[in-house]
Amino acid sequence: MWKFLYRLSSLKYYYEWSGKWVPWLLGSTAVLMLVGLYWGLVVAPSDYQQGESYRIIYVHVPSAWMSMFVYVVMAGAGFIAIVWRTKLSEIVVSECAVIGAMFTALALVTGMLWGKPTWGTYWQWDARLTSELILLFLYFGIIAVHSVIEEPRTAARVASILAIIGVINIPIIHYSVTWWSSLHQPNMQLVSKTPSVHPSMLYPLLVMATAFQLYFVSLLFIRMRNAILHRERLTSWVQDISTRN
Amino acid sequence: MLDAFFSIIQRDLLLAYRRRADLMNPVLFYVIVATLFPLGVSPDAEFLGRLAPGLVWVTTLLAALISMESIFRQDFEDGSIEQLLLNPHPFSLLILGKVVAHWLITGVPMLLIVPVMAMLLHMPVQAVPVLWITILLGTPILSLIGAIGAALTAGFRGGGVLLGLLVLPLYVPVLIFASSAVSAAADGLAVSGQLAMLGSGLILALVLAPLAISASLKISMS
Repeated sequence: MWKFLYRLSSLKYYYEWSGKWVPWLLGSTAVLMLVGLYWGLVVAPSDYQQGESYRIIYVHVPSAWMSMFVYVVMAGAGFIAIVWRTKLSEIVVSECAVIGAMFTALALVTGMLWGKPTWGTYWQWDARLTSELILLFLYFGIIAVHSVIEEPRTAARVASILAIIGVINIPIIHYSVTWWSSLHQPNMQLVSKTPSVHPSMLYPLLVMATAFQLYFVSLLFIRMRNAILHRERLTSWVQDISTRN
Repeated sequence: MLDAFFSIIQRDLLLAYRRRADLMNPVLFYVIVATLFPLGVSPDAEFLGRLAPGLVWVTTLLAALISMESIFRQDFEDGSIEQLLLNPHPFSLLILGKVVAHWLITGVPMLLIVPVMAMLLHMPVQAVPVLWITILLGTPILSLIGAIGAALTAGFRGGGVLLGLLVLPLYVPVLIFASSAVSAAADGLAVSGQLAMLGSGLILALVLAPLAISASLKISMS
C-alpha cells in the first residue's frame, strides 16, 4: 500500500498508471449517467406537488454534493502538498479548483432554473445559496492564485494553504439549512429508518450521484495527465511520448 | 519569549509613530467612504438608519482590507522578516506580535471613529454600544485573517487585487454575525448569541491564524 502510494507520487509512474484507468472510468461514467438520466427523467414518478420540474434534482443535488466533495479532496491534497511536498498532490489542488468551480456553478445554475417555477424567483439571499456562492468565490480565488503567481510550485503551496483555510465554509454550507431554517429544502435523510425521499426517486438519484463521482475522477485524471505533460515538457520521457505520437 | 513578543510590538508601534501621518489614512478612508453613502443612497434619516449596521460593517471590511496590504511589505523588502525567521523564538509568536501591533495601529483608531460615523448615519442610539463591541471583537479577526492573505501575496506582483479576492470571502462570517448583532440591537432584540459567535471566532483565529501566517510567509520567502 505505502509502496504503491510512494510510486504513485512519481509523475511518470502516475501518468502511465492513470492512462490505463481513463477509458474504464469514462466508460462507466457514460453507462451510469445514461441509466441514471433515463431512470430519473423518464421512469421515476412525477412529484405530487412540483410535477415534472423536480426532476432537475437529478443534476442539481449530485453537482451540489460534488461541489463540496471536490473542495474537501482539494483541501486534503493541499495538506499533503504542504506536509510532504509531492508534486502530484500540487497538481491535484490546481486541477480540483477548476473542476470544483464547474460543479459549483452547475449547482447554482440548475438551482436557479428550478427556483423560478417553484419559489417564483431565480435568486434569494438565503443562507445556503449565499454560502454556495461564497464557495464559488473561494474556488475563483484559488484559480486566480495559479494565474497570478507564475512559479507553479509556489502557486500550488499558496493555493494549498488557502484551500485548507477555506474548509471552514464546508460545514457552514452543509448545516446552513438546519441552522437558519431558510427557503431551501432541508437535507435529505438518507441513512435512517424512514428516508425522506421515496425509493422510486431515491435510487435514480444515487445512480446519478455515483455517475457524478466517476465523472469527477475521470475529469481529474484527464486534466492531471495534461497538466503533467505541460509541467514536465522539458523532461526526456515526455519528449519520448511526443515524438512517438 | 514574551519579551521578544513585546519588543516586536514595541518596534512596530515605534515605526508607526515615526510615520504619524500614515496613521490617519485608514481613518480618513473610513470617513470618506461613509460620507459617500448618504450621497449615493439617500440622505433620508430613517432609511439610512436601517441600512447603517450593514454600511458601517462593509466600510470596516474594506478599510481593514486596504490596511492589510502594507503589514508585511516593508519588512519583506528590507529583510526583517528573514531575520525574524532566523530568530530562536517561535516564528508564529513573533508574527502574532506584528499582527497585534498592526491592529493597535489600524483597529484602535477605527474604534474611536466608529461611534461618530454611526451617529452621522443616523444609527439608532441603543445600537451604538453593540456596534462598538462588534468592532472590538471583529476587527482583530479581520486583521488575523487578512494577515494570512497578506503573507500569501507578499512576494508577488499584482498581489494587491489578489489579496481582496482571497480574503473577502473569508471575511463573510464576521460580516454576517457582526451586522446581524447590530441590526438586532437596533430592533431591541438580544445580541448575546451573535457576540458569542464573534468571540469564539476571535479565539479560534488567535490560535490558528498565527500558524497559517507563518507557514504562508515561509512559502512567500522561498
